[in-house]
Amino acid sequence: MLYREAGQFKTSYAKDLAIFPIRQDRWFIALVLIFFGLVVPLIANDYWLKSILIPLLVSSLAAIGLNILTGYAGQLSLGTAGFMAVGAFAAYNFNIRVPELPLIVDFILAGLCAALVGMVFGLPSLRIKGFYLAVATLAAQFFIEWVLTHFGWFTNYSSSGVISAPPMKMFGFAVESAVEKYLLTLGVVLVMALAAKNMVRSSAGRAWMAVRDKDISAEVIGIPLMKTKLTAFGVSSFYCGVAGALWTYCYLGTVEPAAFDLARSFLILFMIIIGGVGSILGSFLGAAFIGLLPIFLNNMAATIGHGTLQADTMANLEHVIFGGLIIFFLIVEPHGLARLWQIAKEKLRLWPFPY
Amino acid sequence: MKRINLVGLAVGAGLALGAVGPAWAQANEQFVPMPIYRTGPYAAGGTGVFGAFMDYLALINERDGGLNGVKFTWEECETAYDNARGVECYERLKGKGPTGAAMFHPLSTGITYSVFEKGAVDKVPVVSIGYGRGDAMDGRVFPYLFPLITTYWSQNTAKIKYIGMKEGGMDKLKGKKLANIYHDSAYGKETIDILNKQAAMYGFEVKHFPVAHPGLDQKAVWLQIKQMAPDWVILRGWGVMNPTALKEAQRVNFPREKIVGVWWSGSEEDVRPAGAAAKGYVAAGFHPAGKNFPVIKDVEKFVYGKKKGNVEAERVGTIYYNRGIIHGIVSVEAMRVAQEKFGKKPLTGEQIAWGLENLNITAERIKALGAEGLLQPLKTSCLDHEGGGAVKFQQWDGDKWVIVTDWIEADKKLVRPLAEESAAKYAKEKNITPRTCN
Amino acid sequence: MTFFFEVLIGGLLAGVMYSLVALGFVMIFKASGVFNFAQGALVLFAALTFVGFMEKGLPFWVAMAVTLAVMMGSAILIERFVLRPLVNQPPITLFMATIGLSFLLEGLGQGLWGSQVRALDIGIEDLPFDVLGMTFSKFDFFAAGCAALLVGALVLFFNKTRVGLALRAVADDHQAALAVGIPLQFVWAVVWAVAGLVALVAGLLWGSRLGVQFSLSLVALKALPVLILGGFTSIAGAIVGGLIIGASEKLAEVFIGPYFGGAIENWFPYMLALAFLLIRPQGLFGEKIIERV
Repeated sequence: MLYREAGQFKTSYAKDLAIFPIRQDRWFIALVLIFFGLVVPLIANDYWLKSILIPLLVSSLAAIGLNILTGYAGQLSLGTAGFMAVGAFAAYNFNIRVPELPLIVDFILAGLCAALVGMVFGLPSLRIKGFYLAVATLAAQFFIEWVLTHFGWFTNYSSSGVISAPPMKMFGFAVESAVEKYLLTLGVVLVMALAAKNMVRSSAGRAWMAVRDKDISAEVIGIPLMKTKLTAFGVSSFYCGVAGALWTYCYLGTVEPAAFDLARSFLILFMIIIGGVGSILGSFLGAAFIGLLPIFLNNMAATIGHGTLQADTMANLEHVIFGGLIIFFLIVEPHGLARLWQIAKEKLRLWPFPY
Repeated sequence: MKRINLVGLAVGAGLALGAVGPAWAQANEQFVPMPIYRTGPYAAGGTGVFGAFMDYLALINERDGGLNGVKFTWEECETAYDNARGVECYERLKGKGPTGAAMFHPLSTGITYSVFEKGAVDKVPVVSIGYGRGDAMDGRVFPYLFPLITTYWSQNTAKIKYIGMKEGGMDKLKGKKLANIYHDSAYGKETIDILNKQAAMYGFEVKHFPVAHPGLDQKAVWLQIKQMAPDWVILRGWGVMNPTALKEAQRVNFPREKIVGVWWSGSEEDVRPAGAAAKGYVAAGFHPAGKNFPVIKDVEKFVYGKKKGNVEAERVGTIYYNRGIIHGIVSVEAMRVAQEKFGKKPLTGEQIAWGLENLNITAERIKALGAEGLLQPLKTSCLDHEGGGAVKFQQWDGDKWVIVTDWIEADKKLVRPLAEESAAKYAKEKNITPRTCN
Repeated sequence: MTFFFEVLIGGLLAGVMYSLVALGFVMIFKASGVFNFAQGALVLFAALTFVGFMEKGLPFWVAMAVTLAVMMGSAILIERFVLRPLVNQPPITLFMATIGLSFLLEGLGQGLWGSQVRALDIGIEDLPFDVLGMTFSKFDFFAAGCAALLVGALVLFFNKTRVGLALRAVADDHQAALAVGIPLQFVWAVVWAVAGLVALVAGLLWGSRLGVQFSLSLVALKALPVLILGGFTSIAGAIVGGLIIGASEKLAEVFIGPYFGGAIENWFPYMLALAFLLIRPQGLFGEKIIERV
């Protein structure tokens, strides 16, 4: 009843190409944006902003990056955190070595550095695929971690190998409080998510999907494999790189390379599995789910098992629930939360007269 | 329909999450956050130390009815030794209780690095007993960071002193060869610089061998050590890296008596898995193991007797456990000092920071606390956030840790200027004007 | 020169330990085409269960038998609740499911048996002895012996038994195997049970070296480059790959590492395997990949 596109006609090509062709969708998106852009900064406390929403947005961005590579271009990667680390350390180095550059330029350059590294490690994808490639991306993960730990130059010769984000300035304003950091993160993530959404509908995105579905067929119909795969690696790593920079600047403040370890790569992979492989929206849903679940369980543990051994069980239970849910989702809904959302939308379209 | 329910479930979970978040107010309680790690490769350390910490707070509640009537409450938050989760725990717990978190013990060098700047902004003291930043002893630059009792840097100078002692004098160190095997992380790297400085000072040679996390495979490192044939090996391991190192040492026939570990390499959990290979291994420690202290007897009576213990009863008296008790004693004493100044009520982080800065735990006080021999006298000031600095060395006899030295003082004359230099560099980077102490 | 050989032999022996873990991967991949990331978690789970029963006072062999039974039970459960519902899904999906499985097993194992470090003594002393100026450990040779025995048993099992024949048929072509009446589910359960056995052996050997605790599940990371190098489908590949990886990583760490600040062991095998893949994408003993459109 409420959600129906009857009466909405596409009278121009531009309308046909719109991202959200249905009016209600546009309203909904606008409402969500207003909520997160205006209402949340007003009502959320520091805890929610700093330790839930910011990391959530940043992980969404990394998940979008991985989704581009794995979900759209079909190249499984276990090196996401490595590319994030490249971005984080690149942003830091640009920031302290060329202080004249505005922060946003640092972020972009950080993304480009990550993209470059990503493309180098993407080169093997031209020869190998599937699990072999997945394991090859592990090489990237370990190698990057090692390089950043072992060459003092990257950490500006900090004795413990830790980098600490200098105070941020954006267009002349100091970005210090939780709200400001949140808005900065939100802005970057939104712009990039929108770009991603458009990219996957463009020729580049369609080429990725063709390669994902069957790379030989794609080659036969004239899609240049090398270019397509490498752009996927590049774009994906760009997203991860910016995410890494935000992770450092807006969330942790101080990081060591070990903050971007294999476990983080896996978490981001879980986000896209649960959120939905091959869906931008899914990246957000997955990040929210994976990010909130442990906090939720943890709070449960604190409330139920107050200071007793039950907390121990809870911590392990968290692993079990995590693993169980992943298997569950893969079996029940391989397309993840994004697909559930879609189903809900379709049901809503027919509601209240399903026939 | 099943699928729609899933969506509902997710929404429900989100709501529950929101509900659990704030809503917490009770008078006359002091809240202490417990960012524990019960899972992951380092769970033994997390459960032991925080378990005992909670036991001690429980003891104060049960035996004394709280600290001057102020009861302690605490809440666990699982960090899994992960920096990002540590930050989340910090943010979650810092505002709880009537006056906010009393202090934050990260129990991880990485998490310490990630939260101490936030602590300075929020005025929550971050206390790192025996880990964390070496230069943080300079309280002028780090007003809310307290590397109490001893830092890695101090500990390292004590270690060199111990080695010098065994060699028969510091002048005998000249020409000796040392190998530094370290966990390849912020924690492990913390002492490289100071070792190099000391090497230049005493004329010994030092070589550094990183071991990548988690340190399962050290064959190559130990083969290199076999070839280098050092006189002493310094082990800065953590978790599974320690037993592995000892086993590998046995394989290459390196005498364990010549391996000197840091305290995070010196718990029962570090040596037991190595079995006989660990016998003779020496580790630094700022407290002994064992149950033979009145305070621990009290814990057994008042806490375990009432089945309120927070770890398995057989772990009481282990190294990690006693370290947790020390965490408890020092934290509670700081709050006691602060209460004397600010009144016998729940205190804010800022007030407790004052207490931490004006700690003076004398030998008599330690005796009164029933911790004689467990804790060293401790006196902090605005300038000196470390306090003690002395280290005892203990040797594993195959069954238990045996203390083999008296308290060995750290070389403060060496450490202090280094810390000040490093702190000044940090202050400059961050545009911090150091406060003046008087 | 003696030192070179010492490192080389030490590396080869370390490689055997990697092969042991890699074998589990190969078994499952061969029979079901699943890249089982949970093998490391299985190793941990097996070792934890074993030590747990030992602590309950069971004698060594009884604990071993009970653990084996537990591993078989879990194999059946895994087949029933993870693999069967995912039949005909793309391999990547199955791979991701096994990542989930590894989380589940890690949590379950530690939840059931506790997460503190336990020592495990299987009665083999880890004492060094000297040969021609080189020092070796008895334990390493014992481990190599175990691995050899295990491989021998597996080869016999695969080649000389009916179940083994069925396994190979399934490995070759699921549908054809189904068509001639081989019960796929039974075969999968058997394969996972055998992988569980391999995990138990690996868990005991690794566990007695490192102590039984969470890090055991990370040994899987050491096995991955072995797999790439040796190929996913070859038992011989797992062994040879393990030896090559073990030897080359130790040599690299000792002779090249110091020039770059050391600790290159973590990534070197991956890079080596990667470089190797560029020349031979299917690994050393892998089956030639034939692509059809």
